[in-house]
Amino acid sequence: MTDTTSGTGPGKAAGGAGALDFLRKHVREYGILIALVVIMAFFQIATGGILLKPVNLTNLILQNSYIVIMAIGMLLVIVAGHIDLSVGSVMGFVGAVAAVMIVNWGIPWPIAGILCLGVGAVIGMAQGFWVAYFRIPSFIVTLAGMLVFKGLTLALLAGQSVGPFPPAFRLIASGFIADPFGLDGFNLLSLLIGVAVAAGLLALAVRARRQHEAAGVEDEPFALFAAKNGLIFAALVWMSFLMADFRGLPNVFIVMALLIAVYSFLTSKTTIGRRIYAVGGNEKAAMLSGINAPRLTFLTFANMGLLAGLAGIVFAARLNTATPKAGLGFELDVIAAVFIGGASMSGGVGTVIGAVVGAFIMGVMNNGMSILGIGIDWQQCIKGLVLLAAVIFDVMNKKRG
Amino acid sequence: MTNILEMRGITKEFPGVKALDRVDIAVAEGEIHALCGENGAGKSTLMKVLSGVYPHGSYTGDIVYDGQVQQFGSIRDSEAAGIIIIHQELALIPLLSIAENIFLGNERAAKGIIDWHDTNAQARGLLARVGLGREAPETPVDQLGLGKQQLVEIAKALSKDVRLLILDEPTSSLNEQDSEKLLELLLEFKARGITSILISHKLGEVSKVADTITVLRDGAAVARIDCRDGVSEDRIIRDMVGRALDDRYPPKIDHATPEIAMKVENWTVHHPVHAARRVVDNVSFHVRRGEVLGIAGLMGAGRTELAMSLFGRSYGQDISGNVEIGGRRVQMKTVRQAIDIGLAYATEDRKGYGLVLDDTIRRNVPLARLEKIADGMVVDSNREAEVAEMYRGRLNIKSSSIEQETVNLSGGNQQKVVLSKWLFADPDVLILDEPTRGIDVGAKYEIYCVIRDLAAAGKAVIVISSELPELLGITDRLYVMNEGRFVGEMPTSEASQERIMATIIKSAGERR
Repeated sequence: MTDTTSGTGPGKAAGGAGALDFLRKHVREYGILIALVVIMAFFQIATGGILLKPVNLTNLILQNSYIVIMAIGMLLVIVAGHIDLSVGSVMGFVGAVAAVMIVNWGIPWPIAGILCLGVGAVIGMAQGFWVAYFRIPSFIVTLAGMLVFKGLTLALLAGQSVGPFPPAFRLIASGFIADPFGLDGFNLLSLLIGVAVAAGLLALAVRARRQHEAAGVEDEPFALFAAKNGLIFAALVWMSFLMADFRGLPNVFIVMALLIAVYSFLTSKTTIGRRIYAVGGNEKAAMLSGINAPRLTFLTFANMGLLAGLAGIVFAARLNTATPKAGLGFELDVIAAVFIGGASMSGGVGTVIGAVVGAFIMGVMNNGMSILGIGIDWQQCIKGLVLLAAVIFDVMNKKRG
Repeated sequence: MTNILEMRGITKEFPGVKALDRVDIAVAEGEIHALCGENGAGKSTLMKVLSGVYPHGSYTGDIVYDGQVQQFGSIRDSEAAGIIIIHQELALIPLLSIAENIFLGNERAAKGIIDWHDTNAQARGLLARVGLGREAPETPVDQLGLGKQQLVEIAKALSKDVRLLILDEPTSSLNEQDSEKLLELLLEFKARGITSILISHKLGEVSKVADTITVLRDGAAVARIDCRDGVSEDRIIRDMVGRALDDRYPPKIDHATPEIAMKVENWTVHHPVHAARRVVDNVSFHVRRGEVLGIAGLMGAGRTELAMSLFGRSYGQDISGNVEIGGRRVQMKTVRQAIDIGLAYATEDRKGYGLVLDDTIRRNVPLARLEKIADGMVVDSNREAEVAEMYRGRLNIKSSSIEQETVNLSGGNQQKVVLSKWLFADPDVLILDEPTRGIDVGAKYEIYCVIRDLAAAGKAVIVISSELPELLGITDRLYVMNEGRFVGEMPTSEASQERIMATIIKSAGERR
């Protein structure tokens, strides 16, 4: 067989045609980001500028924080070739445990918080144990888990709402980072953090490109590279400016950003991340390459439980109460976010950033449609169709490529 | 004799590739016509054009079948005309019965209600025609061996009033006996006037049954050979590769040292499900550093099971016996341990067990030893690229770059990626299971060279293969395995195909 595909090697013209060509080949990676920008632009116009008002932007982030946190865990589970239907119930259950510990038993909230994370992790391990070591399909195990923890939440709360939480606990979800500069109505530290993060990301991107160029494997046209990173830089600075103008960066935002950074690194750069992708891509081949697939599966579920626990704490703190209905149906939003973000049902494919962007696409649509006064009925329909469209786009794209 | 099929000037392009370039092929009514060529030469593409998988309009040129220009829009159209294709990967549904499979999509039914009596009766008749008269039509297909499954596929084709039967590598996963049976069946069909097109890498089979051979190379028909006066395999190979391949095997220079790299004693393995069955029965052997050791045997002799059970107990249960590597007794309870101790096993099933197909060459190559390119937990992507690039060059992996997904590589190049993975793991003892199955002559030669080079570098290489000429061509010493036991050992210089087969047959006789 001859060398068929012409290589888009280094040193190729970075002109407009090259950029377009490259874009066509990598439409998946950029498509999701472009989709988010388009959707935000649409709602920004449709809502007459309300969407990106500082107060709404802050709300948007607070409202979606727990979905994003869980989407990160779900991404790992789905990449490993499994699914977790129980996350909504586990989240609600951990919120209920937190309420009972803090409100009813009077345990100091930092201790209760750590215990609750532990509860989440143990639940994840319990489910992962059956999936990994007994090869029970994850769909079944976590469907059972969903019912069990929904029931346990009801039992624990005796059907009542439990609250309110002490103010310090509520700050997890509703607090903002303090501003040492003391400007009136403007949180300068938030802006500085935003600028620093944006600059850091830019520096990392430039460094990676340099390394790729040195190794001769860079094939992204420079124009595209500049446009993409310029856009991300500007968006981050602008968003942090908007939020600084309101009350500053929410505490949850910091937590979220840290999680995104840590898990992006974990999935793309570490041996354990690589191995999870390999297990999801072809478990048999991975095992014959000396990879301990059951242990990795177990760990992804444990991690999912931990993050569902964290989401439960954030959610309870945000509502200032634990209700039996907390987390109901959230698993669907979380799973949808991961698939919109480009993960594959069969495992082995997907990125943390994709899942996070997917979660924000869902979040922006929820928020925008609510502002427009569209009823929950039609919101559901539209979200469903967007999920379907995203996956159809993916599949068609793959076939063509 | 009239031609049942003529394909004239067929050109088929994919984005950036001309897969077929003005191919002409003429098949006479009632003959067995073989299609030969290296992987990627365009055989399968040509057959997909013929059967309507690539519909009329997506290619240029004419298909003249039965004296008329045809415009097949789908497989349905070509099947209606009596052209049936049987693919390499069988399209049977394992849990359905033979009869259900035969009439799948073509059910014996009135108004949507299946007539089971008629279905089974007709199936019985068809089974008799393919020599499976003793199988009940109600038997689930997964209870049949691969050879019989292949025959069920053919029965299915017969049920559709086939006039032109196309078989794509029908014997690639069959043992000698089953292959023989299948070829006899083809000859029988010929006597009844059914025309066949046979795609095969096994040139021995081709020269035995074919009346005419068309050879494809790089998307063009380069030769048409009339076989009725006999044809030599070398002639076919010459046309396939475009040059005379003087040596099908690299020169064998003896690098074997007296030092024993691995020694296995009394290795016994039981079947993972049927615990009473001994799949590997009290096997003892050794391999020296710098030696290429062959394990010959029929399909199902237990060779793969032996290798996988040694490799971190990846197969079987209730395993007993001793292994010494580098003179030390070792325990290999997991694949990880085996790799760390210096054993590697490259699977016979590269798609199922060898590669993460959706991943790139770059990500597949270091998979078994990721820690070698990582600082602690962090993978150094530059080193990874260097490593992948190095093996891509060294093994001549034909690809656009190391970023190409392995699913898009040809079989030979996929095999080279699997080999790269294990070369990178740098084992002392490397077991290669059917390392050249289904790959073309040129790539085979390259892989043989890699094997000899490894021996020259002082590694011990164990080659498991069903192709005896290959074992005779590249190994220094041979064991013969049959029914789970080692039944013979000989230096390759004293071995011949006849002697190996005789050893197998004699051992089977002893047992009874």
